[in-house]
Amino acid sequence: MSEFETVIGLEVHVQLKTRSKLFCDCPVDWGGEPNSRVCPVCLGLPGTLPVLNRKSVELGVRAALALNCRIAPFSQFHRKNYFYPDMAKNYQVSQYDLPLSADGFVEIPREEGSLRVGLARAHLEEDTGKLVHFAAEGFSGVDFNRSGVPLLEIVTRPDLRSPEDAYDYLKVLRNLLRTVEVSDCDMEKGSFRCDANVSLRLSGSEKLGVKTEVKNMNSFRAVERALSYEVSRQAELIRSGGAVVQETRLYDAASQKTFPMRSKEEAHDYRYFPDPDLVPTELDRVWIEEISAALPELPSAKAGRFQRDYELGFYDAGVLTSDPALAEYFETAARACANFKTLSNWITVELMARLKESDTPIESSPVPPEHVSELVGLIDRGVISGKIAKSVFALMCDERKPPSEIVRERGLVQISDESELEKVVEKVIGEHPGPAEDFASGKEKALGFLVGRVMKETRGQANPRLVNEIIRRRLSG
Amino acid sequence: MPAFQALNRLSAHELAARIAAGRATATAAVRDCLERIEKTDRRLNAFVRVDREEALEEAGRIDRELAAGRNPGPLAGVPVALKDLFCVKGREVTCCSRILEGFISPYDATVARKLKDAGAVILGSTNMDEFAMGSSTENSARGPARNPWDLERVPGGSSGGSAAALAADQTVAAFGTDTGGSVRQPAAFCGVAGLKPTYGRVSRYGLVAYASSLDQAGPFGKDVEDLALLLEVIAGHDPRDATSAPEPVPRYRDFLQADPASLTLGLPSRDTLKGMDREVAAAFRAAVDTYAALGAKFVEVELSSLEYAVACYYIVSTAEASSNLARFDGIRYGRRAPGVADLLELFEKSRAEGFGEEVKRRVLLGTYVLSAGYYEAYYGRALRIRRLIKNDFDSALAGCDCVILPTAPIPAFRLGEKIDDPLQMYLTDLFTISINLAGVPAVSINCGFTGGGLPVGLQLVAAPFREDNLIRAAALFEGATAHHLKKPALDDR
Amino acid sequence: MKDASKNQPLDPSGIEHVAGLARIRLTREEKEKLGAQLSDILGYMEKLKSAPADDLEQLSHILPLKNVTRPDEPSSPAGSEQYLRLAPEREGGFFKVPPVIEET
Repeated sequence: MSEFETVIGLEVHVQLKTRSKLFCDCPVDWGGEPNSRVCPVCLGLPGTLPVLNRKSVELGVRAALALNCRIAPFSQFHRKNYFYPDMAKNYQVSQYDLPLSADGFVEIPREEGSLRVGLARAHLEEDTGKLVHFAAEGFSGVDFNRSGVPLLEIVTRPDLRSPEDAYDYLKVLRNLLRTVEVSDCDMEKGSFRCDANVSLRLSGSEKLGVKTEVKNMNSFRAVERALSYEVSRQAELIRSGGAVVQETRLYDAASQKTFPMRSKEEAHDYRYFPDPDLVPTELDRVWIEEISAALPELPSAKAGRFQRDYELGFYDAGVLTSDPALAEYFETAARACANFKTLSNWITVELMARLKESDTPIESSPVPPEHVSELVGLIDRGVISGKIAKSVFALMCDERKPPSEIVRERGLVQISDESELEKVVEKVIGEHPGPAEDFASGKEKALGFLVGRVMKETRGQANPRLVNEIIRRRLSG
Repeated sequence: MPAFQALNRLSAHELAARIAAGRATATAAVRDCLERIEKTDRRLNAFVRVDREEALEEAGRIDRELAAGRNPGPLAGVPVALKDLFCVKGREVTCCSRILEGFISPYDATVARKLKDAGAVILGSTNMDEFAMGSSTENSARGPARNPWDLERVPGGSSGGSAAALAADQTVAAFGTDTGGSVRQPAAFCGVAGLKPTYGRVSRYGLVAYASSLDQAGPFGKDVEDLALLLEVIAGHDPRDATSAPEPVPRYRDFLQADPASLTLGLPSRDTLKGMDREVAAAFRAAVDTYAALGAKFVEVELSSLEYAVACYYIVSTAEASSNLARFDGIRYGRRAPGVADLLELFEKSRAEGFGEEVKRRVLLGTYVLSAGYYEAYYGRALRIRRLIKNDFDSALAGCDCVILPTAPIPAFRLGEKIDDPLQMYLTDLFTISINLAGVPAVSINCGFTGGGLPVGLQLVAAPFREDNLIRAAALFEGATAHHLKKPALDDR
Repeated sequence: MKDASKNQPLDPSGIEHVAGLARIRLTREEKEKLGAQLSDILGYMEKLKSAPADDLEQLSHILPLKNVTRPDEPSSPAGSEQYLRLAPEREGGFFKVPPVIEET
């Protein structure tokens, strides 16, 4: 594949977390009856006018700051004119040559040095309504509940070089936007949408190849798969002497392939012009600084702090700070815990595997962070063994009880009573004279066998460190 | 015998005073108007909808309020007519277009709301050029309105129905919108007073938009005091219109008495005024002489950019219109072409059947000037020239209280006379459209008649938010002349 | 530049393109008539080229207003019925349109 270089640019639309729409006071919500959150303004009734939601500007600026964008001192809304039934006015209020912000970047942390993805712009626009197709009945229906919901469109430069890059970028972007609380970034609810531009060029060439636009990707994995398919499709096409056609293609998740959009595409001529109904936005230094001062710690700074303060490695710190809720979970747990490394392992390995299995977000974890700290404490104080801890953790998830209660209820406390353990050791030596003699004569390997038998006798509850000591004392004496 | 005069013949301030004093009722006023409409409107076609029952009901409510000692507002019981593009909740609003047939507004325009709150009674909707595109009210899906001074002539446009209705005493006050002269030019043609406020002075919320950066609602009045009163009611900041100005609203009626010596008028050079009809020019010169005789001072002003105003206007306004009118597609409201097979047909046929020829012409022109490859040459260029025009008015108005201009270069023309030559029709807007481009306020008052008995309009233009100067200058002229008192001899049979 | 109006792209195919963008289906007569009238009007617009405005900034908003915003306070919606009943065609809670094909 090295004959070609992959060039990918992404356009992401995120829904800003406002309570009301961008240009009218209809509530922003998800689901519900069609056309139940509409008013004369977002239905484009004759005579109605838009008035800008201040919060959407502030959220846009927050996002732009987190994305290292230059905030425009002067921005303006334009009308993008085209006819489509989900458009209440047959134009979309968007930003064109005077966007809210431009020229930013996002850094994808990599151990060997982060990858910087340039951003061309991040601008505000209104969402359209939604078309619902009733194929059997032979018509389509329009629902304007989404019409006028505030969106931030974030456009990368063609800086991504592989589908994996694209996947990583989306994760980093989502993390940033969630951290600064501008969007829920929930792909299922449509609050995070991604379209991609893909092209190939001969390695070493500067000139961009013909691109296709890929749409209809409903998860980050879908983006990665769609791009992988599209990259190989284009490569094969070029190798076999064909040419890539500039077109829009839709991803089909079932076949994991992209297909050209069937509906006739006309050459777009959006006839952008400044919306006379909306006056310019001028963001002065004071306003920007106010917003900037309220910004929380960004993920990259947080990862650095986790490495420093909790003495975690690059990888662990990266995983824990990949999602603001996860980072908060860890920090809450860490407040009642001295062993950060073990805590991090339990969270990133056991807990996350469990959550992934049941597709549960960290916010709804069945195990509260305090319980994980408690579990790590029990291990560290020798109350339970690491092995027992795994079963305790499983019970914590299922029964939603603190680990100490589980340990008490089921008598899982480690046996650290020497006299009791000595009796078991005697019994095991008596039953296995061969290995006992082997160890006595210097074969260290035999110790493991004997310890194992003792553990089995005690159903895992014996303190392995003590058992070790007792056997050594007994057989080397 | 003024005591027995039908109430519809009164001015708004006279009627309001009589009703407030208990010497007339709102119901009687509305009945007189309805009767007059009944008698005359078959010939004038000024109204496209008369809300008889609603108006009588509302008048009754106001009479009961008054009888109970409450004050329903400064326009209590005053019948008003609204151009057919003001949204009034529960009433059909069509902009005299087929495409909006049957559209019942579910909400009130801010102006309509303010009028209701002031106690005005809405009689109904008046005829207009479709979507306010025209200068004659001939481009109406409801047939042309006619000029009460000469039924063979147009009342002007686009708010021709409002002007004609008022001139014929079918109503006591009327409202229109003015995008390029659509209040002032019909006011001039029909011999009534009409005012276009500063852009941003009156809320545009609920007025079906033609060209958003130019549109303003304005009153028609039987005299200047009416304009002052009506403007006070409808002006003011509206949080629903982001382009409405947060300027306080003065009591405009306080400016009806003016000292002529304190008035400086800006008179454009002869060159600017070329191309005027001979009789209009004579009436205009006479008006200038009247002011001079009263003691007003004159300075000469340079408005050389007027030369470009028509071209600039027809780019800016049509570009905005092409986008504003895109929403009329037969999906959410209005009229859909029957039997459409697919989406493209739904759009193309509904709009082809729904729009009249002038609307099509302007939407196409506006689409063209914004389209790829032409934007800079037309729209971008027009926006630069718009600044040139604004700069011209800024400097002219820096040295005087009002610029004085004719309203239209010609008096009311015959029906059909210009309908097939759109460019010639557009050129009759020469003196009004530059005012919209500059965003400044202007008033048109009657300054005399042609030999054939057609009214001629005089236009006064002031700096932004200086409507007080318009009222001062116009009241001064009106106080010294009697043109505004003359009524058309409309045969009542 | 008198001829500029004669070679305007508003010949029948030019006017058809513009009408397509504007979604207005024109008859042949309309194309001819409107095309000629618009070419005339565009010819008149040529005078703008000579206006002394090259150095002026474009003026898109006449009032010096900026940052006109409203607080983020949602209202309670009035219900869909009063809007749906405005529609020429509806189906349940939806505005009805001919089938739109988006699938591949």
